[in-house]
Order: sequence, then C-alpha cells, then structure tokens
Amino acid sequence: MRRLLLVALILPVVLASASAAQAHQAGTTVNLVAYSTPKPVLQQLISRFGQTAAGKGVSFSQSYGPSGSQARAIVAGQPASIAFLSTGLDIDTLADAGIASKNWDHAPYSSIAADSVVAFVVRKGNPKHIHSWADLTKKGVQVVTPNPFSSGSAKWNVLAAYGAARKSGMNDRRAVQFVTKLFKNVVAQDSSGSNAANTFFSGKGDVLITYESEAYAAFAAGQEGTLVVPKPTMLIELPMVALKDAPSAANAFITYAHAPKQQAIFAANGYRPVVKSVLTRPNLASWKSKYNTGPTFNIRDRLFGGWRRANRVWFDPNSGRMVGIERTVGGPSH
Amino acid sequence: MLRRLGLRAVALGYLVVILLAPLGMVFYRTFEKGLHPVWQALSDPDTLHAFQVTLIATGIAVPLNTVFGVLCALAIVRRRFPGKGLLNAFIDLPLAVSPVVIGLCLFLLYAPRTGWFGSWLSAHGIRVLFALPAIVLATVFVSVPFVAREVIPTLRELGNEQEQAAATLGATRWQRFWRITLPSIRWAVIYGVVLTTARCLGEYGAVAVVSGNIQGQTETATTRVQELTQNFQTAGAFAVSLVLAAIAILVLVAMTVIRPREGAV
Amino acid sequence: MEAPAISTVAAPAARLSRKVGAGGRASTALSLGVISTFLTIVVVLPLAALVWESKKSGSHGFWHIVSSPEAVAALKLTFGAAVVVVLINAVLGTITAWVLVRDDFRGKALVNAVIDLPFALPTIVAGLTLLTLYGPRSPVGVHAAFTRAAIVLALCFVTLPFVVRTVQPVLHELDVEMEEAARSLGAGQFAVFRRIVLPNLLPGILSGVVLALARALGEIGSVVVLSGNIPYHTEVASVFIFNQIETGYPDYAAAVAIVLLAAAFVLLLAVGGLRFFATRHERA
Repeated sequence: MRRLLLVALILPVVLASASAAQAHQAGTTVNLVAYSTPKPVLQQLISRFGQTAAGKGVSFSQSYGPSGSQARAIVAGQPASIAFLSTGLDIDTLADAGIASKNWDHAPYSSIAADSVVAFVVRKGNPKHIHSWADLTKKGVQVVTPNPFSSGSAKWNVLAAYGAARKSGMNDRRAVQFVTKLFKNVVAQDSSGSNAANTFFSGKGDVLITYESEAYAAFAAGQEGTLVVPKPTMLIELPMVALKDAPSAANAFITYAHAPKQQAIFAANGYRPVVKSVLTRPNLASWKSKYNTGPTFNIRDRLFGGWRRANRVWFDPNSGRMVGIERTVGGPSH
Repeated sequence: MLRRLGLRAVALGYLVVILLAPLGMVFYRTFEKGLHPVWQALSDPDTLHAFQVTLIATGIAVPLNTVFGVLCALAIVRRRFPGKGLLNAFIDLPLAVSPVVIGLCLFLLYAPRTGWFGSWLSAHGIRVLFALPAIVLATVFVSVPFVAREVIPTLRELGNEQEQAAATLGATRWQRFWRITLPSIRWAVIYGVVLTTARCLGEYGAVAVVSGNIQGQTETATTRVQELTQNFQTAGAFAVSLVLAAIAILVLVAMTVIRPREGAV
Repeated sequence: MEAPAISTVAAPAARLSRKVGAGGRASTALSLGVISTFLTIVVVLPLAALVWESKKSGSHGFWHIVSSPEAVAALKLTFGAAVVVVLINAVLGTITAWVLVRDDFRGKALVNAVIDLPFALPTIVAGLTLLTLYGPRSPVGVHAAFTRAAIVLALCFVTLPFVVRTVQPVLHELDVEMEEAARSLGAGQFAVFRRIVLPNLLPGILSGVVLALARALGEIGSVVVLSGNIPYHTEVASVFIFNQIETGYPDYAAAVAIVLLAAAFVLLLAVGGLRFFATRHERA
C-alpha cells in the first residue's frame, strides 16, 4: 500500500521529466500546419522534397485539423512555418495577426497551391436524379451540409448556392430566397465537413455538399456514392502560405509544390492543379476529363467581392444573412 | 426470487442497449475489414507516439486528482469550515464545461502574446500551449471530480467511530489514516481511480484544441482517432479506440487485484 | 462506583472526538490550502479567464447573444435533455449497481469491467458507434439518430458509469444485517428498500446524479455526431458555443458558456442541498 503511494507520487514527476528530455531534431525544421484532409498528398510532396537539394536535411512537422481552428491555433502561438488552409479567410486571420504578409495573395499563383470545386455526392446511381442546384430545393430531397458558422467548408457551399442562383438570372432577393429554400431541405448541419461526410455515409440524406477533392478521397477509401458537379459551381482555392520567420526551406517547399511534377501529384489525388498545363500529360488524361465539368466562379467575383466582404455580409453572427436564413428555416416562428 | 430476476433483466436490458451493443459494434467495426488495417494503424510510429503522450498525460493527471480527491473528501466530510457547500459544487463544475470552452480558457490564459501569463511564460522559454503541459492541464481539468465524488458518500456512510476507537488506543493521525481510513474507503478510491483513468484516456475535445495535433509530437490517442476518421480509415480509428478501452479495463483489473487489504481487526 | 468511572472516561473521549472528528485547526488549514491551490491553478483560473472574456463585448453584447433566440433554444434543449438523462441514470443506474453488487450471474465480472468504457472511448467513436447501431442503417431497426431522442441516447451512453460507480462502493459497505433485521420483524421488500436501503444509498445516488448532470450539460463530441445539430431544433448549447468560437467571437462564446455554467452551478448547489437534507438524520 505504501509502495502504491510512492508510485503515485513519483510517477508524475518521472513522466513529466522524461517527456521534457526528449531530444531535439538537428537541422532545419519546417512546421506545416494544414487543414483536415490533405495528408495523403502532402506526405508524397514532403518525401519527394526530401530528395531534392533544397530539401536535404530539412525535417517537417505536420499538423492537420479544421482550417479555422488551425488558424486560431497559429495566432495563439502554435509554431508554424507554412499554413495550407481551405479558405483565404483563414489566411486573412493570420495576416491580421501579423503572422502572414498582408499581401499574401500577391505571391505567385496568388499563393494558391491547388483548387477544387463545390460538388454534390449522391447515393450510388443517383436514384433521385440530382444534377443541379435547383434539384436541391425540390420537395423531399434531403441535404447534408456543415453549419456555415463552424465550418469553412460550409461557407464555400453557401456562397456557391447563392452564386449559382445569381448566375442563373435571379436577383439578390430571389437568390437569398433560393438559399433559404435549400436550407429548408437540410436535415443535418454538422460542425465540420468531416462530420457531415460521416453523417452522409452513415445513410442519412440524399445529397452531401462538399469539396470535389473530399469526394474523391472518400471514394478512394471505399465509401460508396456518385459525384455530381453542378453547373455552374464555385471554385475552391486552397492557399499555401509561408509565414513570418519561416526558414527559407519553407518558401522552397511552396515553390516545389507549384512545379509541374508536384502539381501532377495534386491532380492524381483529386485536386485541380493551378498549373493547368499539367493536365495535358498523358497519364492524367482520365483526370482531365473528370475535371472538365463546366463553368466556375470564384470569391473575387463581384457577387462576393473577396472573402472579407463575403464573410461580413453572410456569416457575421449579428448581421450576417445566414443568421436570418437559419432563423427563417428553424426559428421560433417556424 | 422473481424480483431478483426482474431487476437483473432490467439492468441487463439497459446495459445491452446503452453499453454492450455499442461495444460489440466497436469490435465489429474494428475487424470488419480484416486484420491488416488494424495492424497498419496500430504499428504506425505516429500512433505509437500518440499512445505514449496519452499515457504520460494520464499518468500525471490520475495521481494528482486522486490525492486531491481524497484530501477533498476528508475535508468535506470530516472537517468544519465555511463555504463547504460552495467547494462541493465547485469540484463538479469542470465536468459541465464543454471541451471546446476548456480549450478557449487555456488559450486565454497561456497564449504567448495575448494570454494572461503568455508574455511571462514565453519570456522564460516555457511553452504551455501546443506542448505537453497544456495537454496535462486539460486532462487534469476534465477529471477533477471523480475520486472526490466516489469517496465522499462512502466516508459519510462509514462515520468515524473506528478512528475514534483507534485514537483512544493511542494511534497517531497518520496511523489512523493509513490503517483505518484508507482501507475502509478502498472500493471508493479504486472506482474513483478507474473512472479518472478512463476519462483521461478518452478525453478529446479540449486536448484537440490545445495540443496543436502535431503528428508524432503532441498528438494523443484520441486526436489520432479523429485524424484516422477524417481520412476515412475507420477500421484503424476503431482499433485505436479498442486499445484505449483495453487499457481502461486493465487498470480496473489491476486495481481490484491489488486493492489494499482490510485494516487490522 | 460507576458514575466517577464514566465521567473520567467521558471527558477525554469528548476531547478525542473533537480531535478526530472535527480535526485540528492547523491540519484543516493545511488541507484546505493544498486543495485551494490545486483548484485555483486547475479550475478557478481558467473559469476566471472565461468570465473576463465574456465581459469583453460589454453588457450590451452579453445580453444580446445570451437572449438571442438560437442561444435560448440551445440552452433549453440542453437542460431538458440533461434532466431526462439524469432521471434515467438515477433509476437504471441504481438498479444496475444493485445487480452488480448483490446479484450473481455468469459474466458479471465482465459486465462490471466494461461499465467505465463509455469514458475511455473517444467521444467521436461513441458517436459513430451509436450512429451505426441506431442510425439510418441500424441493424436492429431503430432509427433514433438526428432527432432529439438521439441527444438523450448519446448522453445516456457517456453518463452511464456515473451513478453505477458512485452507488457501488456504498452498497459494498452497506450492512446487510439491517435489512435482514427489518425483514425478520415483518417488513415487506418494498418497505425495507424505501426505509432502510434507499436513505443510505441516496448520497451515492445524488453524487452520481450530480456528475451525470454536469457531464450532460457540457458534452459535445458524441452529441455533435449523432444529433444533426439543426439550429433551433437539435442544436445543443455546447455546439452553439463552438460555432461562436469558430466564427471569431470568443466573447460571445464565453458569454453563453458562463450562463450555462452559472445554471449548472445553481443546479449543483441545489442537489448538494438535497443531499444535505437527505442525510440530516446522520447529523442529528
């Protein structure tokens, strides 16, 4: 019994000091902080980079998590050399905190490493014949999308729905009504894109609104469904930015990620490359046709005016349009 | 007799629906794709390191909370002081704090530039957030009440006649504590430690926010499960969870086997 | 002859009782000092930071978010579900503890060993498991997911061990002779339970209830996977708070969290008072 107490008192001290004494890595360390899902593609890039001259002796630490949470963690002091996040809004958060350059989008390719598009995943064989944004507002269609206030992924979804409505000729008021009608069909609003995918693949809902790249990742992992890319849809631009005080290897890695060979890796993993010429490669022919899905619009379209403005107009918890939409769909008067 | 069977049926029925069926499902989801994904997930060096971090954090939090819990229980049941009711309610409050809020609180306290202690800590080169200390703080926070809550009702039930008798026979305070009090609350302490350990093993939300999820460094077993789930490696995720469950069961078995023996008499 | 002997024994005994029962003032102070330091570092400081943060938007901002319809709906749902779950736990948890201590059947040791597993499992796994079992593709035909019932289900899972584990030690120590004596005097089963067993179990039950209540109010991981989180319908307070953090309004999050905690604190005090009242016979 006495021995037990001794163990109980000594154990914490031993464990604490053991973990503190863990050896440090020699050489340069690049801290890569990314959003939840690009691990498979980044691991390939990192191991290839290690074989180049610029990558010799460089060790990487990797962290994956929801894009908004990662941005907040970096602002709160998480060591980061490169941020690879899923919306420019999160990079703006870093810029506002002085951790990323205010002109981050003036870098080559506007700092975008890869693209995707907002897409639908429906049940295998598309039994409910869902092909367009309008189909999502039909009676009896059950939609799964994350909550726009907690998920960056969902913000793309909402803006895409609005943008598609405007592009089809509706004016602003009708387009907002369209988004409202869509949300009336939403049966689950998970806190993250990952949870929304779990919900859909557990059998709930007829259609999941997600990134095209996530859909390909899910199918590659054995999940069942059919991908439908509506016309038009929103271009999702994924920024990869070197942060303040990052070692030169960080910039070297980003440049490396834009090189054609690495862009081809993105393409083969379900991401649309920013270096479009890569798609002419013969081994990417099938991907080229998969990505040939019709017109897209992006966040710089005058409908949105960039992330800061779009975020304020749509997702401000006091005055944002989504607040009103959520209230109309589910609120006390409902 | 009938009543006994009836009670047994109710209890087992409840357990099957709420506990045993889900556990069976965890087993099933772990092995439904065969052993390969299980082995792959468990033998990954990042997963092994994640287990290490979890066990370290648990190994620090459990003794701390056990000592705290027993001290608290003794003070609340046996001593007289003002504010007892408040202390009692305060011990349980951490449970009501949602894990994301815990993460927010720790950010507010320890963030290097904006936190209450941030500048002092970074000036002295001490890293709390995105390192083990924050993981330990979060883990300790979520498991504070269990030992105290287990011991208090038992202590109340027991009263202190035995200690009084021992005192008349000349036993010192320390001897009374060791040989009478502690053995008499052994079941309560055992269950408290088991609950605390299990809670520490399974904590996800708060740790996910404050650890930075740095692969191979600050990932815990639970954040590893999240990472595996995100990448649709569900069998691996369930396999890691099963190992956590096995560790919790091992702790229970170990505690019941080596429980302190009854005091003299 | 007897009177002096009794009085000479009574005086030292009274002094001893003060020493043993009430404890020396110095050791009480030391004990309380250690307890307070630990609690301050671990619990009080973080909560103080939370209160401070909630004031950042001023009292106008505080009331604005706390009285917003979505927050009110989330808080109501959270408390409603927590109360239901706690009642279920109090009854079924006690029965389970009773069966585990007093009854004997094959596999009992195994069942006892797995009671704590809802804790050891990461909450997302709990959510996913319940989703597979009781969701759209349920093998048993139960489709409780994405409804309010799902919230109760998830919370029952994560709070299962509480009442069971707080009642078990008390049952272990309970003197069976009291019940047997009552029965031999002709008391029926139910009367024995109500007048002898229950009062002794009540502190244990209430301790477990308090833990279950607190956990039910703060739980997010399993609920968020299982409930669907539709605002105004199946969105619980912790999810609402999470959304405020994610949107970049930690002060709003802190405000709602403080309200949730204040209400939890009041409930905890109330149950503590109930326990005080229920054990009054011990202090008579």
